[in-house]
Amino acid sequence: MTENLMPLWEVFIRPRNGLNHKHVGSVHAADAAMAMQAARDVYTRREEGNSIWIIPAASIVASDPANAEENFDPASDKIYRHPSFYDIPDDVGHM
Amino acid sequence: MNPDPLLQTVVQIADDHLILGHRLSEWCGHAPMLEEDLSMPNMALDLIGQARALYNYAAKLENKDRTEDDFAYLRSDREYTNCLLVERPNTDFAYTMLRQFYFATFMQPFWQSVSSGTDETLKGIAAKAYKETGYHVRHSGEWIIRLGDGTEESARRMNDAVAELHPYTDEMFTADAARQYCIENGAVPDMQSIQAIWNNNISQVFAQARLTIPKTPYPQTGGRQGQHTEDFGFLLAELQYMQRSYPGAKW
Repeated sequence: MTENLMPLWEVFIRPRNGLNHKHVGSVHAADAAMAMQAARDVYTRREEGNSIWIIPAASIVASDPANAEENFDPASDKIYRHPSFYDIPDDVGHM
Repeated sequence: MNPDPLLQTVVQIADDHLILGHRLSEWCGHAPMLEEDLSMPNMALDLIGQARALYNYAAKLENKDRTEDDFAYLRSDREYTNCLLVERPNTDFAYTMLRQFYFATFMQPFWQSVSSGTDETLKGIAAKAYKETGYHVRHSGEWIIRLGDGTEESARRMNDAVAELHPYTDEMFTADAARQYCIENGAVPDMQSIQAIWNNNISQVFAQARLTIPKTPYPQTGGRQGQHTEDFGFLLAELQYMQRSYPGAKW
């Protein structure tokens, strides 16, 4: 089974209506229809969800781990970006 | 409704499902890819689940203290009345998918009809089984198309499977006196109507798969009378081993 005959597909499952599709893993399949069946067989056997998305893994543009420091570290000392410095009036209740 | 013809008919359908489920389960751990290693046992469990429901009903109809396990594990080969198609060996993935496709394409309209039939228990079983069978048709059908219209090797294997297995398909549509009685009572559909749907659905998928439906002047039958192929003895030996060696064993 060669990678170009059976490429990789990423699988996303929505656990219930109203929630987001979440990445759960990947499958190998010849085309989209077969990938959908493989995703159903591999990832929904225990009632994990009611909707499946699949996308070709090759279509994902991923951030380069080598750039992780410059991408993500600058956010670590900017706690003021978290909306946790406001007094919430009692009338508003739980937010 | 006379319980005996109904009992015979229910056992026939149950045997089809148990034996095909067992055959499919033989792939567990041996499939050509991980995805299919889950898919085939998934389908096997659907079939064995349907067989259990049917054997339970058979035990109730018979009313002689036999349980589903007695039907599944403690009969001799001549007492099994599954059609020969479902006991044919796995051989390769093409054979296995084609056997699945032939049988599921038969059961899909069968269950659909039973779900609006006259027998309340069978109606309940049919409602669940119809959905499961629909997936089996789709999954195996997609493989037939891709293997038939795939590489030189996959097309050769698919054509071999068609030549070998097609003569076994006629037996699915035969109706003995017991089955005829159930058809007349509206518990199960008449076989001609199912065969017409089957032929149509097989033709559509075969056209896409670049496969030809072969002429079968000598259909293979006998399973419904308990006359099985040589492979069946080996299948039963494995299927029944645990209950024969450790009678009444429980998890």
